[in-house]
Amino acid sequence: MSDETAALRRQFPLLAQAGGTLHYLDNAATGQIHEAALDAMVQHERYARGNVLRAGHRLAQTATLAYQRARGQVAQFLNAAHPDEIVFASGATAALNLVAQAYAHLCKPGDEIVVSVAEHHSNLIPWQQLRDRAGVGLRFVPLGAGARLDLSGLRALVGRRCRLIALTHASNVTGAVTDVGPVVEQARAVGAHVLLDGAQRAPHGPVDVRALGVDFYVFSGHKCYGPGGVGVLWGRGELLDAMPPSATGGGMVERVTLERADYAAPPRRFEAGTPPVAQAVGLGEALAWMSRQDWPRIERRLAGLTARLIEGLLAVPRLHLAGPLDARDRVPVVSFWLEGLHSHDVCQVLDGLGVALRGGHHCAQPLMQALGTDAVSRASLALYNGDDDVDALLAGVREAVRILA
Amino acid sequence: MNAALYNEAIKALARAAHGAGTLAAADAVVRLDNPYCGDRIDLALRLSGARIGALAHETKGCLLCRAAASLVGLHAPGAHVMQIGQAIVALDGLLTGADLAPEAWQEFAVFGPVREIPARHGCVTLPMQALHKAVQAAQARVQGPGL
Repeated sequence: MSDETAALRRQFPLLAQAGGTLHYLDNAATGQIHEAALDAMVQHERYARGNVLRAGHRLAQTATLAYQRARGQVAQFLNAAHPDEIVFASGATAALNLVAQAYAHLCKPGDEIVVSVAEHHSNLIPWQQLRDRAGVGLRFVPLGAGARLDLSGLRALVGRRCRLIALTHASNVTGAVTDVGPVVEQARAVGAHVLLDGAQRAPHGPVDVRALGVDFYVFSGHKCYGPGGVGVLWGRGELLDAMPPSATGGGMVERVTLERADYAAPPRRFEAGTPPVAQAVGLGEALAWMSRQDWPRIERRLAGLTARLIEGLLAVPRLHLAGPLDARDRVPVVSFWLEGLHSHDVCQVLDGLGVALRGGHHCAQPLMQALGTDAVSRASLALYNGDDDVDALLAGVREAVRILA
Repeated sequence: MNAALYNEAIKALARAAHGAGTLAAADAVVRLDNPYCGDRIDLALRLSGARIGALAHETKGCLLCRAAASLVGLHAPGAHVMQIGQAIVALDGLLTGADLAPEAWQEFAVFGPVREIPARHGCVTLPMQALHKAVQAAQARVQGPGL
């Protein structure tokens, strides 16, 4: 383990405590929480706990300032034009549902939404619901070479009735990063909007939503070294302004009579009820910490680890990789399956050796079908992973083959 | 833990795949999925009075699930329907710490190491749940609608 990796692990309480006994490679499911995020939440709950955007007493004001500060930290992480473009939700799934429910009101029968076959169920089922409720057509970007999205048919796929293209920014199974440029170009050509599911991309460094040219971006806190129970929807201000709320209740209105309610401006319009304040504070600190890291250096190191991992896996007989064979344009998520062995058994053996991996369909069953398998084992690296983790995984896979065959 | 869990008896059961296949003229066909891992079993059976006359299953899943399905295929044909509920209780009990009763299917004992891994209990119980549902469905079909 390098000094750099060791120094990083010391900043993550669970990893620091585990020492060398844990090789945590399930970061695509949940990353470990950074001490700054944990400390910020504890401090907030101990000394600044109050409801936000409501009362005028000092504690409430302190809590509100902390909450809004977190919104600013998220905006900075995403290079959003304004903190008011940041909506806190309970997670990426809730954020995606929020947009889908708004589009149920904004779409007309016959309009179309484009998604891909590689989506996490969270970026598929909400659109299926929209199709069923609003008579909207669903079209799918297929999988192409190297299990990357095949964008060559975009022109035919994205027609005049397309209102939104909702794609993964990086696949939670293959690790492939979507080439966003052509997507945005085709969307603009027909007046459609673009939403990116950034749940797997955001953990790997700040995102520039304005440079990407997209209209919506969602991600979750627990994958970005922050707490669970909080996620983010970023939307262009003018688009959020035009969207109706998906949930209603306290805190999201200007005035209510027995007959009607006048909704507040975004982001409050979309944050009905008491929001996850401490979680937002923790996420803000996690993202602020991330923003201070040397990401080009981290990316080079993780790309090297990913390449070594892929090379090692490909040397195992009857092993198939579910994704690109190179480390280019991908996040460090590597999935594989072994002929005749189920991924859950493989992951079970690995767990017995201290290597934490997830096996299964990864909430991407249509993608499993496209890949020609029922389930895969997935190794997902984070910035605190090192050579020792890759070594343990590769040795564990060989041991799994020995035990299970 | 790995060697105990993936013991030779479990592997042999999975390999044997007792009862694997399809069944013509079944009284009931049941499909069950384990949403946690994607294990799937299609189980068909035919009753012969109060006993299971014939049974077949197609199981796609992990080694534990396939071993449990194989055990169902081994013991369920010929069993009295009352025994199925007792077998489920015995298996659930084994997984939560109880000893196997003398009248229970003794091969359940191979799943003892799974007790320590709650996340995998569903892999083992899925075939028994499918069997239970199939028996209920078959009985309802054979007996016809009630008043």
